[in-house]
Amino acid sequence: MRTPDLDWLALSPTLWLLGASCVALLAAVFLPRGTRRAGGAVVCGAGFAGALALAAILYVDADAARTVVADTFARDRFAALAALIVCGTGLLTVLLAWNERLGRGEFGGEFFSLLAAAGAGMVFIVGANDLMTIFLGLEWFSISLYVLCAVGGDRLPSLEASLKYLVVGSFGSAVLLFGFALVYGATGELELTAIGQALGEGEAMGLAGLAFVLAGFAFKASAAPFHMWTPDVYEGAPTSVTAFMSAATKTVALAVALRVLVTAFPEQTELWTAAAAALAVASLAIGNLAALVQRGVKRMLAYSSVSHAGFMLIGVVAASELGGRALLYYLIPYSAMSVGAFAVVAARERELGREVTIDDLRGMLWERPLLGVSMWTFMIGFAGLPLTGGFIGKFYVFSAAHEAGWTWLVIVGVAATAVSLYYYLRVVLALWTTPELRVAPVGGSPPREAALQTAVAACLAVTVGSFFAVQPLIDLAQRAADQLPF
Amino acid sequence: MTTTLLILLPLAGALLVWLVPWSRFWAGSIALLVALVEVGIWVNVLRTFDFGGELQHDQRFVWFSDLNVTYHVGLYGFSLWLVGLTVVVMAAAIAYAFWAGRDRARAYFGLMLFLTGAVVGVFAAQDLIVFYAAFEAMLIPLYVLVGVWGGPNRRAATLKFVIYTIAGSLLMLAAIVVYGVEQGTFNLVDAGTSASPWLFLGFLVAFAVKAPLFPLHGWLPDAYRQAPPEVAAVLSGLVSKAAVYGLIRIVLAKFPEPAQDFLVPILVLAAAGLVYGSLVAFRAPDLRGVVAYSSLGQMSLITMGVFALNGAGLNGAILHSLAHGLVSTTLFLLAGAIERRTSTGEFALLGGMARGRPALATLLLATGVIALAVPGSASFAGEFLILSGVFDHGWAWSAIGAGAIVLAAMYMLRLISGVLHERPGSAVPDAALDLRPGELAVLVPLVACLLALSAWPAAVTDRSFTGAATEVVRDFAEFPR
Repeated sequence: MRTPDLDWLALSPTLWLLGASCVALLAAVFLPRGTRRAGGAVVCGAGFAGALALAAILYVDADAARTVVADTFARDRFAALAALIVCGTGLLTVLLAWNERLGRGEFGGEFFSLLAAAGAGMVFIVGANDLMTIFLGLEWFSISLYVLCAVGGDRLPSLEASLKYLVVGSFGSAVLLFGFALVYGATGELELTAIGQALGEGEAMGLAGLAFVLAGFAFKASAAPFHMWTPDVYEGAPTSVTAFMSAATKTVALAVALRVLVTAFPEQTELWTAAAAALAVASLAIGNLAALVQRGVKRMLAYSSVSHAGFMLIGVVAASELGGRALLYYLIPYSAMSVGAFAVVAARERELGREVTIDDLRGMLWERPLLGVSMWTFMIGFAGLPLTGGFIGKFYVFSAAHEAGWTWLVIVGVAATAVSLYYYLRVVLALWTTPELRVAPVGGSPPREAALQTAVAACLAVTVGSFFAVQPLIDLAQRAADQLPF
Repeated sequence: MTTTLLILLPLAGALLVWLVPWSRFWAGSIALLVALVEVGIWVNVLRTFDFGGELQHDQRFVWFSDLNVTYHVGLYGFSLWLVGLTVVVMAAAIAYAFWAGRDRARAYFGLMLFLTGAVVGVFAAQDLIVFYAAFEAMLIPLYVLVGVWGGPNRRAATLKFVIYTIAGSLLMLAAIVVYGVEQGTFNLVDAGTSASPWLFLGFLVAFAVKAPLFPLHGWLPDAYRQAPPEVAAVLSGLVSKAAVYGLIRIVLAKFPEPAQDFLVPILVLAAAGLVYGSLVAFRAPDLRGVVAYSSLGQMSLITMGVFALNGAGLNGAILHSLAHGLVSTTLFLLAGAIERRTSTGEFALLGGMARGRPALATLLLATGVIALAVPGSASFAGEFLILSGVFDHGWAWSAIGAGAIVLAAMYMLRLISGVLHERPGSAVPDAALDLRPGELAVLVPLVACLLALSAWPAAVTDRSFTGAATEVVRDFAEFPR
């Protein structure tokens, strides 16, 4: 029996994170009780930082895309850039989770171990080039996330969130798997390029497979109408986990979806672009309208993430190099804004010790200027107003859509943006309002968390920086997207 | 380079004010200093400006290359004048706020400086994305300035203001995307013209909301009444002029055919706004109401000038923009001064303030008389040019415009007499002081600018559309090069 040649560099970010996960798990057992959490966090942080560096090396090295490990893994810049985004998000999440309340149990080490494992699965799946490896990666990070959601063990919402995520997520995975099975049945191939060559245009089983695959990815990207789990899970999960999910899971789901659709279904482009357009419109409509009536900030952000899935799907719909570039660019400020916004919510949550409503954010700008100004910027960025990368991201996806002839999607996107302003600006106004009643936590001034504030400042820098430094980021995205076979 | 400096200096000032824990006094002083330095830089630019030459003080580099988006700013003759209006009005507003004292001074003055940079950015933008970014960046500080420091109904006022404006500018964003991708560049100097009526309307609506034009003026009365006086001054004197710039630089320059096609409906709306605004101004029960609705009328008149689509109309529009900007700023600041003394702007409670308050009476009367376009004033010169320009499209337009000037005289005289003359109003305490030296230091320079403009309107009209600026509107107007 021949074993395939391994390309260690292509797998190195995954392996490094996996190693970090194991070390963190050991730390959870062997370190003295008081230092387990810090030890786990440091190891996990080092894992994400190392994986970030390795992904950067891989990006520089992979100037020609090729598949490795018996064609099951793609060694290209597309995977490397997505891995970079995931690792950056992970690193910020570690800072954010440093002081997360995880319930009675001392779960510090295990928490960070699982976080690194989820990161490893995500870094793996963005390079997966084969239906089996894709499914493997998907389950790998999903299972880690199911547990992470439940870590806030003595909070009922956390358990509920975990259970819901488990049930609905498994259903999504099953749908995806069914789709894969149909595609395999139609073509007899697992490797994406081979599927693309084998699958004829009008093959019914293949088309049914495509539909299920799309639905499966829509579950993970929380695109409507497959978004039902999103608000409950985002609300119930520990906020740092929510931050990680909202940014990294979406990055992964959309990146992998783009790779699969473009590589394995080139003949069916007309079909899946239309389907993706329908998903985008549904996400924009449902996400934005539902966000209007939310009181809890986390729920509001959950629906806002549904609507952003819609915006990013517009980039997928374009099915062009410009569209791919737009999607990859969009993910960078989006991830920063999302992690940052949840970080600010986490800070307020730890201060108040309960779920944060929009009213609870009142006066934040005066009390905690850094967090307040950052939240202001994130909201403006989500709304797609200038001086944030959110604006350039929307501008890019709209340009891509128009270039590909989907001008009506631009109109829909613009209308959705108009609706979204209402709820984003409500938060902004709350931040500026002077609170009538000062909420002072018992025991003096609110906790100042250096780690969390560093994470927020970093997110702020990325959000604003990506507006000014468009060219370098677009170059990164361009070199990555050009390696997909559009 | 200088243009970029004019944009970046206030932004840097804003950061300085925000980041260092200055006291209220120092925050205000720094903001005022920056605003005055801006005026100084502008005067220096004016001194060396080559009106017959190319696009001046321009700076251009690639922002992102694949869609051909550039950072490109530069000044034409007419944009130079609008930038001048910006620095003067912002300096006056900041000085007034400094004098009046605002809570949370660092946040406030930082926002005012940020706003200054954004407005200059709008008037200097030569790329659609720069323009859009600056256009929206204006909105963010305004939203907060009205929403936090405004009057009791500020919440509803800001919400209305923002929804109107952003709905308009999002249509513009869609139009920008489509137009830019089709042209292959977003640079305004490089891009050619388009004949698409839809894109034309997308841009037009955004500017019609900002100006505002009838019937998109729903946000206007609330925003102007609830804003702090100096912010209302900036809104009506300055921010509305962003629409004038957009109409000339984008709508006329890039959509010459649709502009011709939609000429009559636009003129009808402008005429309706002019008459309607003037009539409502005449019936408004309070000071700010009069100034607000008169702004609607005057902006409609300026739009008529722009859509006269000839040299006289365009020159008149620029001159009248400056005159109206200064008049409106002065009037709102005076309204602020009066409200400070009487805590009301209702005519029913005001009156008789001229007795014993000569400075207030003189300034209000002088501004009012200029506002009603008495012959010899800058407003008269501007309105005359606009009316003669629009005469090309039929005498009726000029007749309506001339009729509105009569209405302007009616509402301004009513304002003047309602505040200064008649019996002393119940809200006017005998102890209410005349304008203080601080207020005079803000208002006298503004009125001096108005008088200078009245004495020499040709300074503006001979130097707006010359040199490279003739290229911008080459499809309509014959200007001597």
